[in-house]
Amino acid sequence: MSSTTMDTHATVRERHGQKDGGYAPIPFRTVLGVELRKAFDTRSGFWLLVAVAAAGVIATGATLAFASDSDLTYNNFAAAIGVPMTILLPVVAILAVTSEWSQRAGLTTFTLVPHRGRVIRAKLVATLLIGVSSMALALAVGALGNIIGTGLKGVDTTWDLSFTTILYIVGADLIGMMIGFTLGVLMRNSPGAIVTYFSYWFVLPTLTGLLAANQHWFEKAQPWVDFSYNQNRMYDGGFSSQDWAQLALTGTVWLLLPLAFGLWRVLRAEVK
Amino acid sequence: MIIVDSLTKKYGGFTAVDHVTFRAEPGRVTGFLGPNGAGKSTTMRIVVGLTPASSGTATVLGRRYADLPNPGREIGVLLDASAQHAGRTGREILTLAQRTMRVPRSRIDEMLDLVSLSDEEAGRRVRDYSLGMRQRLGIATALIGDPEALVLDEPANGLDPAGIRWMRDLLRGFADRGGTVFLSSHLLHEIEVIADDLIVIGSGRIVASGTKGELLASAGTYAAAAELAALANALTTAGHTAEMSLCGLRTDADAGQVGRLALAAGVPLTELRPADSAGLEEMFLELTKDDAREGDAA
Ligand SMILES: Nc1ncnc2c1ncn2[C@@H]1O[C@H](COP(=O)(O)OP(=O)(O)OP(=O)(O)O)[C@@H](O)[C@H]1O
Ligand SMILES: [Mg+2]
Repeated sequence: MSSTTMDTHATVRERHGQKDGGYAPIPFRTVLGVELRKAFDTRSGFWLLVAVAAAGVIATGATLAFASDSDLTYNNFAAAIGVPMTILLPVVAILAVTSEWSQRAGLTTFTLVPHRGRVIRAKLVATLLIGVSSMALALAVGALGNIIGTGLKGVDTTWDLSFTTILYIVGADLIGMMIGFTLGVLMRNSPGAIVTYFSYWFVLPTLTGLLAANQHWFEKAQPWVDFSYNQNRMYDGGFSSQDWAQLALTGTVWLLLPLAFGLWRVLRAEVK
Repeated sequence: MIIVDSLTKKYGGFTAVDHVTFRAEPGRVTGFLGPNGAGKSTTMRIVVGLTPASSGTATVLGRRYADLPNPGREIGVLLDASAQHAGRTGREILTLAQRTMRVPRSRIDEMLDLVSLSDEEAGRRVRDYSLGMRQRLGIATALIGDPEALVLDEPANGLDPAGIRWMRDLLRGFADRGGTVFLSSHLLHEIEVIADDLIVIGSGRIVASGTKGELLASAGTYAAAAELAALANALTTAGHTAEMSLCGLRTDADAGQVGRLALAAGVPLTELRPADSAGLEEMFLELTKDDAREGDAA
């Protein structure tokens, strides 16, 4: 409001006269940087990521405290840490998308970057980066727990988690995040997408499990139609080429097609 | 410069914006005036690419908005000051804009200073902001990229009298330095003190547009006399309009004509002047009467 700031404004404005043919386009890394920052800069986002980290530490502590000596293996540490992560990371993905609509922040976001596809792509990359780094952190915390735990109890340190198995787990968790992202894009509403995700994760497998147990035909068909069944199988690893085919088929139908449809709508919808 | 050409927006069978054409010139403040639901916000959203138009075009500084490489540097936009993530602080919201536009970090403090948000206030979450503070933050976000044009939807909403005065001076200064200002309001009083040009919209259609001077002139002349009925009679016999109010009347005759007619009729005038804002207000209500919710109340 002071005259000095008004003057600054005037001098900056004068540079407009010198500029030739406009400004440089906003690079993708800038959009990505801003989207990464947005994952941390709200209370909900910040505490969610703190919860992801805290869950890892608590799970390690619990394994240390309650597991029998023979259960102090890297596999068990990783599994204990992986479970909360599998549940929480997709919520990070959901909020990255839905907050633009639920909180209406998109009014600013999409006017500053008037290409929604770029913003959504940046959100996807940011989400997956957060996912991969959280999992790397979890595996490191688990390894530390394994070393400390076995050292304390004086048993041999067991590294019974192969690199391939780790890749399966990371892949399954990333698929979980993609599901969250897709629900966010489809519903553009935080509570709705979160509730749907939790139903998908907790309720659906129980129902399909019941169905498979009682209906022989479904048990046979399940790998070909049930995406969550295939996703859950990834945590055990060791996929055959038929398993991969089933994952790809169900993933296309239940994940990629809905995502494509959601993106198609987001690019056309009004932002208000 | 903002050029809108035959812009139309249909929602199903309902036409919210109907072949709207106008331009907002650099160096001038262009006011976009209309009652609730007239289509102001919809038009503005189309201009900045948030809502797709059914037909027609809108260009900003010679390009479609989506073709601007870094829109925040060229056009500052404030559509709804409350549309922010409530969990972010004011400073954080400015930081996100500053980073997206790639302007120096020092702009954040400059803008906070410009809109009179203190350091402590900037550190508060937007959830805890008053409407006026949100509006100030929105103005800061619009200005941080040092743009050449501004698009503001009801920027005075929620500001106190001092704030409105400040906003007026700010926008005046912006236009005087060559900037284009396009702002909406449904309050005539608010907009007539700041705007150079006026576009009046009702039911999605432009019902009047021109410089404020032109519109004021078309608002006619205000005259008062003790024998008001006689004056009105003289005016209407001469083929002019005469709308009586409590102690005077408004007519489409100019001051000279009113004077001559009053003299001829032997009616002493107690007041004679351009009808200006009162007249403009009546005109505004009249122009948009068919669309206003109150129906005949106007
Ligand atoms: N998605 C939509 N579907 C149907 N009608 C809509 C939609 N969006 C806006 N409208 C209608 O379009 C018209 C114009 O709305 P708009 O928000 O542009 O008005 P406005 O001039 O900004 O009014 P106000 O002064 O109240 O802000 C209104 O009748 C509104 O109900
Ligand atoms: Mg509006």
